[in-house]
Amino acid sequence: MSIGEMIRESQVWKSIFRHPMPQDRRNRIVVMLTNFFLHLHPVSIKKQGIALSYTWCMGGVTFFLFLVETVTGVLLMFYYRPTIEWAYNDILALRDVTSLGVLRELHRWGAHAMVITVWLHMYRVFLTGSYKPPREFNWVVGVILLLLTLLLSFTGYLLPWDQLAIWAITVGSNMARATPILGHEGPGQQLLNIQGIDMITNASDARFALLGARFVGEETLNRFYILHCIAIPLAVALLLAIHFWRVRKDGGISGPL
Amino acid sequence: MHGSYTDFIEGISPFLGGYYLALSAMNAVMAFYLWHYKHKTGQAVFWVVVSFLLVAVASAAMGGSPLGIPEDIRKFIDWATGPVIYSVGTTALLVIAYLARRWLVQPMVGWSLLNLSLVVMGLSMANMNFAAIVTKPDNVPIVGLVFLLGFFTWLATAKAVENDDRAREGLPPTESLDNEKVLVWPDLVYTELICMIALTAFLLVWGIALQAPLEEPASAVKTPNPSKAPWYFLGLQEMLVYYDPWMAGVLLPSLIIVGLMAIPFLDFNKQGNGYYTIEQRKFSYIVFQLGFLELWVTLIILGTFFRGPNWNIFGPFEYWDAHKVLALNNVDLSQYFWVDGMGRGLPKAPAGSGLGTQIGYILLRESPGIVLLALYFIVLPPLMAVTFFRGFFAKMGFVRYMLMANLLLFMVALPLKMVLRWVWNLKYIVAIPEYFLNF
Repeated sequence: MSIGEMIRESQVWKSIFRHPMPQDRRNRIVVMLTNFFLHLHPVSIKKQGIALSYTWCMGGVTFFLFLVETVTGVLLMFYYRPTIEWAYNDILALRDVTSLGVLRELHRWGAHAMVITVWLHMYRVFLTGSYKPPREFNWVVGVILLLLTLLLSFTGYLLPWDQLAIWAITVGSNMARATPILGHEGPGQQLLNIQGIDMITNASDARFALLGARFVGEETLNRFYILHCIAIPLAVALLLAIHFWRVRKDGGISGPL
Repeated sequence: MHGSYTDFIEGISPFLGGYYLALSAMNAVMAFYLWHYKHKTGQAVFWVVVSFLLVAVASAAMGGSPLGIPEDIRKFIDWATGPVIYSVGTTALLVIAYLARRWLVQPMVGWSLLNLSLVVMGLSMANMNFAAIVTKPDNVPIVGLVFLLGFFTWLATAKAVENDDRAREGLPPTESLDNEKVLVWPDLVYTELICMIALTAFLLVWGIALQAPLEEPASAVKTPNPSKAPWYFLGLQEMLVYYDPWMAGVLLPSLIIVGLMAIPFLDFNKQGNGYYTIEQRKFSYIVFQLGFLELWVTLIILGTFFRGPNWNIFGPFEYWDAHKVLALNNVDLSQYFWVDGMGRGLPKAPAGSGLGTQIGYILLRESPGIVLLALYFIVLPPLMAVTFFRGFFAKMGFVRYMLMANLLLFMVALPLKMVLRWVWNLKYIVAIPEYFLNF
């Protein structure tokens, strides 16, 4: 008996994988039904639906990049400290000193790539008309995921605390000042006042809520860090689950109906 | 812009040499493919010749004197670069590509265009100013985006043209030809595994070869010029040239999101579900491409590569001079109407008048613009409903039609406002700075 066989015959192995290797038709079906990770997929699928020139694989690539970002992100969290004293130095050290500092380049480039691939995924879904009934709702979920991807990237942009970071966030968040009614330079801002006292000032408007301060500073770094590492990823994970589940429920992978 | 020109050429030459060699190899592989698998000897010979020419170009680069774009052409391109030529030019290119799609989707045409764009890219890289912008770490992904979008647009168009030809002959789309079902293990899971491994390798190479962007430590007192938002928001930042922040930064982005979500509920066309086609859903196709390729992506490209200090437009080979001065003399519609048209001053409330009177005078002052906007957003949709959108209105019903019409009008308002700015220097159609309400 070879070592491989010994392992596959052991009680431990069998407790994890309930069925033999997927080498015949029966076990290839069974493996899809009994494995937690694989059961996202159907058992069989239209050959045409998985042709690369048709799907471009961009949804899958985006999901994989999300996983890469999660794993590299968690590892970076062990190292990086989101304070003005340390943020920039920690990133510098990741670049120059730390072993596996390349995780930061993977995280950064992966984030850029994810924005691009999520657009390409949307582009493909539109061009094949795959948002049409019965997939309308899943398209809507996809648009929210697209928005959250941009927000993930936007909040992450600040964390290195370099010139690129704070000024990009300053320019980006300046727009919130002009939110109608809720921004202190937005149209209708005067409407929210009580006996001549403005309720909406630069210390209470939409931009302040985003930044946690009147300008991009320590509070903003903390706020964006939590949004970037916890709040938005949780929302994305939930919506991804719904997105994948609905792919299965709304007629399966794209293809002519 | 550090270092001298000789330093720059010395630094970029080996890279360009490798770049042209890669292009040469790419064409050699194509030649082999054409000769061996397609038995097209003539075409194969042509690409072998191209491949050899590229080796020559590569050796020139390796030798320290890479070919570049001639100075006269560079100067002409820089001189011609401006918002009007850029916007009209990119739109015209997209329209031509759309009309000539049958010709463009031929594989050899696509391959030639790919070669052409890559060679022009290489030649331009020998220019210090061009290279400085394109190789800025944060801009690298956008170069990738441009080529990826070009490729995928070409691929999708090729498939759509084929399906449209088949539809004309009464045949089903290619996607429904092969209805054979396969097991997900192994057919899909292995594809996924290979994709994951390839992508991991790609990311690792990218991460090791190119350091991620990191600039000087943040300083609240040193404002960089230009200050740019993250690259994917540069289309919005570009809109700031034409709109106030509440429009460009808040209302229009919200409408983009709402509009995208509304697509499946507005598009009542049952054809084209699950396969590539253009002819069967022309309207939605053209609207989407206008919104995505023209108004979103080309504005990002403009914002990334052409917007320099003080948000001025610079040519691709032009030095980003912070002292370049462009006269900005934009005028509000109310100014045009009252001062230039009627020959009198702007209506102004008498000093010490109440809030109601003041608002009345503001409304009077801005009445030309308000009337214009009312015509555009309120009168135009019903007018379109009884004319060229008659069929749409009948099929969609009142609510869906009005939503579609208004989203469309908001989208088209951007290019319209651009044209108004270029032609009449028009700043605001309605300008009520008293309440931060400018449109």
